[in-house]
Amino acid sequence: MDAAVVLVARGMTKSFLGNTVLADVDVVLRPSEVHGLVGENGAGKSTLMKLLAGVYQPDSGTIELDGREVGFGHPVQAQRAGVSTVFQEFNLLPERTIAENVYLGREPRRLGLVDTGAMNRDTAELLAGLGITHLKPGTLVRQLSVAEQQVVEIAKAVSFDAKVIQMDEPTASLADHEVELLYSIIERLTGRGVAILYVSHRLKEVFDLCQTITILKDGRQVSSGPASELTEASLVRQMVGRPLTSYFPDKVPGTEVGEVRLSLQGAGNPYVDGVDLTVRAGEIVGLAGLQGSGRTELVEAVFGVHPFDRGSMTLDGKTVTVRSPRQGVRRRLALVTEDRKAKGLALNQSILDNALGVVRAVLPSRAGAARRELPGVLSSLEVSARGLDQEVQFLSGGNQQKVVLARWLSIEPRVVLMDEPTRGIDVGAKHAVYELMRQLAADGVAVLMVSSELPEVIGMSDRILVMRDGVLAGELPAGATEEQVLALATGAATEDGAA
Amino acid sequence: MSAVTTAPRTKGARRNRRRTAPLTSTQLVYVVLGLIVVVSALLTLTKDRNFFSQGNLWTIFTAMTVLGFIAIGQTLVILAGSLDLSVPYVASLTTLVAGGIMAGSDANVIRGVLTALAVAALIGLASGLIVTLLDVHGFIATLGVGLIISGYLASNYQGSTGQAAEDLKFFGVTGLGVMPYVAIFMFVAAGLVWAALRWTRWGHHLYAVGGNRAVARMSGVRTAYPVITAHVLCAVFAALAGLTLLSRTGIGSPTIGSQGRYDLFSIAAVVLGGTLLAGGKGSIVGTIGGVAIFAVLDNVMGVMGINPFLKDFVRGLIIVLAVAVYARRSIVRRPARFGHASALGSVLKEDA
Repeated sequence: MDAAVVLVARGMTKSFLGNTVLADVDVVLRPSEVHGLVGENGAGKSTLMKLLAGVYQPDSGTIELDGREVGFGHPVQAQRAGVSTVFQEFNLLPERTIAENVYLGREPRRLGLVDTGAMNRDTAELLAGLGITHLKPGTLVRQLSVAEQQVVEIAKAVSFDAKVIQMDEPTASLADHEVELLYSIIERLTGRGVAILYVSHRLKEVFDLCQTITILKDGRQVSSGPASELTEASLVRQMVGRPLTSYFPDKVPGTEVGEVRLSLQGAGNPYVDGVDLTVRAGEIVGLAGLQGSGRTELVEAVFGVHPFDRGSMTLDGKTVTVRSPRQGVRRRLALVTEDRKAKGLALNQSILDNALGVVRAVLPSRAGAARRELPGVLSSLEVSARGLDQEVQFLSGGNQQKVVLARWLSIEPRVVLMDEPTRGIDVGAKHAVYELMRQLAADGVAVLMVSSELPEVIGMSDRILVMRDGVLAGELPAGATEEQVLALATGAATEDGAA
Repeated sequence: MSAVTTAPRTKGARRNRRRTAPLTSTQLVYVVLGLIVVVSALLTLTKDRNFFSQGNLWTIFTAMTVLGFIAIGQTLVILAGSLDLSVPYVASLTTLVAGGIMAGSDANVIRGVLTALAVAALIGLASGLIVTLLDVHGFIATLGVGLIISGYLASNYQGSTGQAAEDLKFFGVTGLGVMPYVAIFMFVAAGLVWAALRWTRWGHHLYAVGGNRAVARMSGVRTAYPVITAHVLCAVFAALAGLTLLSRTGIGSPTIGSQGRYDLFSIAAVVLGGTLLAGGKGSIVGTIGGVAIFAVLDNVMGVMGINPFLKDFVRGLIIVLAVAVYARRSIVRRPARFGHASALGSVLKEDA
């Protein structure tokens, strides 16, 4: 074995209730290397990470760290040994400070009492080591942005003198300029000799960052080797057995852009201002912008979550006011929220109850019909589940998102608002979401889609609206480049960019 | 609108706005307390009496002591994400155990006090173990424990029995300036608990477990330990409240705790003090403020001669209003980017 190896996992196998989710997978991590781990949801990436993190124990297989065989019975054991993990769901306490979170469970003490001063100084030092100087250790985590919370998680990982840091979908909820920050942090870490195991659905990132890529499919290792030997196309083919060309489906033949479904004139509330826009039947309009630019706030305002308090809004030519989500649903508006676990689904209820939740609550006269149509809708979305009575918490992210979509299809929407509809779901499920959007357009529905993934915005939209600081910064036609969108979103070229 | 596009907001600007954020919950509690004191003082004046007279302040501090002890303990269990409904029964039991052992003799004071505290600690330990090992929520676990004690009291004691030692009674009615010794003791205990929450690992872990047990576990915190100790301390504080009651009444009573409705009032005081009922956020300082609000309210309502039903009405109104204000403050996290919605508008706005 070559000398420059920090962690070797061999023959990692794990099954739950007789269901093998990971079979005989090998991973070799080298110092200063970013190792990409890719695969569809359910391919076993999370399971592999959790085995290395000590959350689960392998059924068989060995883990060697610095040439010594180790076994982790608990995440803290793994961390102390030098393997830290930044999970997709952060392990942070919102009501405690940054420093208290970083040192939770091992607070530095002096004379038996917690030494807050030392804790804050050490945390500031850790953050400075990551190139972060604007965060104060005494700030409550609740007050941080998602990106800043991730920095805290990374600082916590580093504080254990980590030799290996695993990152699960670290960019899933970051805007593009925040991704830059993450890249710079990763660079600093690898510069110190830390090995990074990087899980991401975004193939561009994987190619940007990783020297080695391991591909998993259905719990098995498809390949593991230098990134230079792969192309995006060959990678996707190995992941899903489907060529890249079908990534964004074409328009359904016969799709026609019809009358105006939704229009806003000078609409505003405390979060967005002076918004003029129209979305026509059969149109898919992309809403791009940086995190915090007001995209989510805009679709929430249309749906009645934070109603507009000025300007006007029309639906199908009629001036309307939507003061609550209930009124929104009555007007046949649908909002696929960005956080499906918190706002989209009742996780401990069945697929059936989730799919019919909206229609039962708001449009009871349609509940019977929706119930009859449901099996057809779910199968057209290719939801894979044990049955309608299965609790949604046991579904993969992609299948959960499909249940959310079924829930909104049940009201026969005229306008569908989608906020990050493909966040954190696998390539196959993404494809199903894209197909559904095309089908909705063909059926004369107006679709307004918020997305942080520029390829998605560009690949799916008939027009692209870009927001900046709570106002619409401009509009771009289909076929715009990522650079044009970014220029509007960041205000880099305001003079010629504002349409 | 054009002003917004020409002047892009920097991160610094947003941060400044955060810094000028409204008062913390704890500060708000004391602002409310201050207002209530001012109003009470004025109302008291209309009756030609002085709110700040030594006698009246003594009355208020006396009124704070029993609820204060119980609320300190209740704060701990609520911070840990649990709840204790057995406190009134523990307090009653304490008066009987200690009163029974003392039997009016000064020689038995120490033995009576220590036995009562030990019994309470055992009850708290039982509650803590039920909550952590059997994974029963504190509400149900302590409801059950409370009922068991209540049943024991009802079947074994027909009425008041036992007698406090004269020393204890004397201690109960003496003090320093405007404050009874027992009240001073309660404030010192509150200070110690405050310090422990702030400066010990135990305190940090208590907040962590109450905030999110999974996160605490993933960080290597032994999640059962803070919860169990919080329950033990809560029961011990309930016993201190019981001893305070014993020192005042002189006899052990099986119903004195439940008559005081200390279970619900202590929870109300804790929540009034800004502690999150779900756990993980709050402070002892706030709780003491909540207790003081109740004491001042009771005092002024007594001075004004308000009938008991109206008293409960006022208490209930204050609890509901306070918690509604806190809830609204924790929902509106995003600062408005455009315009400033009027305070009335934000209150009337339909909830999201």
